[in-house]
Amino acid sequence: MEHYHMNLNLKVWRQKNSNTKGDFKTYQVKNISSEMSFLEMFDVLNEQLISEGEEPVAFDHDCREGICGMCSMYINGKPHGPWQANTTCQLHMRAFKDGDTIVVEPWRANAFPVIKDLTVDRTSFDRIIQAGGYISVNTGNAVDGNALPINKDNADNSFAAAMCIGCGACVAACKNSSAMLFLSAKVSHLALLPQGEPERKTRVLNMVAQMDKEGFGACTNTGACEATCPKEISLTNIARLNAEYLSASLSAEK
Amino acid sequence: MLNAKIPTGPLENKWAEYKGHCKLVNPANKRKLEVIVVGTGLAGASAAASLGELGYKVKAFCFQDSPRRAHSIAAQGGINAAKNYQNDGDSVFRLFYDTIKGGDYRAREANVHRLAEVSANIIDQCVAQGVPFAREYGGLLSNRSFGGTQVQRTFYAAGQTGQQLLIGAYQALERQVALGNVTMYSRHEMLEVVTIDGKARGIIARDLVSGKLERHFGHAVLLCSGGYGNVFYLSTNAMGSNVTAAWKAHKKGAAFANPCFTQIHPTCIPVSGDHQSKLTLMSESLRNDGRIWVPKKQNDTRKATDIPEEERDYYLERRYPAFGNLVPRDVASRAAKERCDAGYGVGSSKQAVYLDYADAILRYGKIEAGKQGKVNASQEEIIALGKEVVKAKYGNLFDMYEKITGENPYEVPMRIYPAVHYTMGGLWVDYELQTTVPGLYALGEANFSDHGANRLGASALMQGLADGYFVIPYTLGNYLADEIYNKSIETSHPAFEEAEKAVSDRIHQLMSIKGKQSVESFHKRLGKIMWDKCGMARNKEGLEQAIKEIQALKKEFWSDVRIPGEINEMNTELDKANRVADFIELGELMCIDALNRNESCGGHFREEFQTPDGEALRDDAGYMYVAAWEFKGEHQWDLLKETLNYDVIKPTQRNYK
Repeated sequence: MEHYHMNLNLKVWRQKNSNTKGDFKTYQVKNISSEMSFLEMFDVLNEQLISEGEEPVAFDHDCREGICGMCSMYINGKPHGPWQANTTCQLHMRAFKDGDTIVVEPWRANAFPVIKDLTVDRTSFDRIIQAGGYISVNTGNAVDGNALPINKDNADNSFAAAMCIGCGACVAACKNSSAMLFLSAKVSHLALLPQGEPERKTRVLNMVAQMDKEGFGACTNTGACEATCPKEISLTNIARLNAEYLSASLSAEK
Repeated sequence: MLNAKIPTGPLENKWAEYKGHCKLVNPANKRKLEVIVVGTGLAGASAAASLGELGYKVKAFCFQDSPRRAHSIAAQGGINAAKNYQNDGDSVFRLFYDTIKGGDYRAREANVHRLAEVSANIIDQCVAQGVPFAREYGGLLSNRSFGGTQVQRTFYAAGQTGQQLLIGAYQALERQVALGNVTMYSRHEMLEVVTIDGKARGIIARDLVSGKLERHFGHAVLLCSGGYGNVFYLSTNAMGSNVTAAWKAHKKGAAFANPCFTQIHPTCIPVSGDHQSKLTLMSESLRNDGRIWVPKKQNDTRKATDIPEEERDYYLERRYPAFGNLVPRDVASRAAKERCDAGYGVGSSKQAVYLDYADAILRYGKIEAGKQGKVNASQEEIIALGKEVVKAKYGNLFDMYEKITGENPYEVPMRIYPAVHYTMGGLWVDYELQTTVPGLYALGEANFSDHGANRLGASALMQGLADGYFVIPYTLGNYLADEIYNKSIETSHPAFEEAEKAVSDRIHQLMSIKGKQSVESFHKRLGKIMWDKCGMARNKEGLEQAIKEIQALKKEFWSDVRIPGEINEMNTELDKANRVADFIELGELMCIDALNRNESCGGHFREEFQTPDGEALRDDAGYMYVAAWEFKGEHQWDLLKETLNYDVIKPTQRNYK
């Protein structure tokens, strides 16, 4: 792999807090290594801002290995930037070349209000989980793990849905700011397992109701969510969610 | 001398005895008792959920935007449990024995045995919650091997076991939030423990969005705030992982045990340059199938694929034929360092060794070809089939490697090097997980109790969940049963006022320095001191130097740090400054502890104490104790000892040959 260095122009969304209006500020960063991660490039920018006596850019990040779901930058018009199946923290600077201009915005959605700069409030996702994204089992009531064999395909599909990291890129990518991919991943994860069976109907109804209450938009099956999802959560999950919702709505017993 | 309050009686009966006789709190009283849980990783989320289910009034705190982000989520390989589903000779005793031996005989027998006992319950609990563990075609749970053991007892969910377990605990926690039993405070950081009449009675927390300080009362406080690996700046920990909660507790009287016991994980992606902000682990499970080697020739600059088989040194297989590539982490890390220091390292930095999958791809390819009846499969076909199998087992890890390095690990061997990963040391706790401050508990990586001087792979998840789901619900009740007479204390109490003032003063002091150097630059310098002088190998001279350097760094930090922004707003630099200030103080204590321990054991390798063939040389007569440090004032600590008694296992020199 050839390594190289580059100078870049950054257009970054700056917003002091949720009550003030924000705007784009332009910055130059120099001598960025192609081996850096995108957030390490932001570290360089922030060190530069601090040395100039300015406030650094606030952005969410934690594990920096693509699993915690905290990082959330809208880069050149795409959540998490240009690479497929990727998070911002795993995007590396070899995706860019010398002289590039990179535009960086926060997630944009009514249900994700901006807190500061590139940081948004995603607690609406937690409230959707609170509405039913669990199996009601208290600690200490479990039977032996192998007492309940689970068909491998169902287990694998359930796992594929459970890989969702709750980052919100699906919402940011959607023109309607819909949270259907996030919600469907959780509904699928639990509906595909026998443990999830007892609460199957109430779960989907309550979670959808909460999603609507939070102000997320409707799903029009455009598929932008699937295309941008860092964990490649499939649109099939939305189909399953719709089936689950319909059958729960029509059912007499909840 | 510290009293660990270990129940009497035979080892295998201690926990049952304890549970049979500990005090209980009736449901009506539980509703009146408030519990604070700091941190929402596996230990914190499982504890908060379980205590909420029992009916306690719980307040849970995390610094991230959601409890689901805690760094437990990044654990890859798996979780151990003594289920013996594979019929390969596993048992509670074996898991207990492996953990004690893996910890180089520096862990407490009673705690480790309890951990092994409840390990099987954890798997059952997680399955019931809907954690999608890997399964076989018959629908039953699948297992794999991990380092330091000869049985297959590790349960897993691809390379995302930590994520799936944490999501399980997070969902249980959110269910309790919905039921009103737990109140969640995300984007909050604990900055002080409040003590009244010697007991922990609450915390001061800072709302990281508004910057405001808050007072929270609790009849008990549980610290589940993880480890302190970020003292090294570069580690596999998340950027926000910090020691602050544990350190505040330490300065309020809680003893800090074995701080020098740090785990350096052998398989991480090597440092690529000065810009590096963190290191990424490649799961230990990769050592199941991958083979580790370096060229037999020093300073060999050929490409890995151009080096013929006979010119490769599979040094782990050579040195440790019985365990081969699956020796414990401390042993594998030191062996890699030894080869690189001797000039056999690979890659541009020469600080790396190869982890090679070519053999595994061939082996799996042949099996797969056999299954499909392809008798005359060509070499290419076999390799293609083998790659598919490897992809199914480790695909996400291989993808991650490629994203970071730009190299395709299916075609060329991965380059790996050891990195700081886990800290076995932590707040000293007794059998009930209570620190030396009554009412203050530490769970998971934040305590010191179960892993001795070295943790085995897939045991951190086990310990975090054991503490939260199955230990604290019993031991906390034993304490709170006597608290039912104490009503909640108003947070206008002078102790709260004083604690808040101390926190506020410190923040104002930090902001008023207005120096020239960034927080990050201090953190990097601290990390370099720690890695060079208190890292994979330590010696007396280096440690003494390090202590002086850290003391000087502390002075410089408090006179020249620059923190932009305001106090009463979101200020990520101020958050960081608070944490780095604590790391600096901890760094000094780690060096003092390493200097005190004149022996080598597990992850603590003092160059002066090694066997002729370079293995760690313990001194059981002199150091078979837990070194718990009591804070006495700036740069001053007293050493309290807890003697370790091995009633069941006879300590010997660890042998993986």
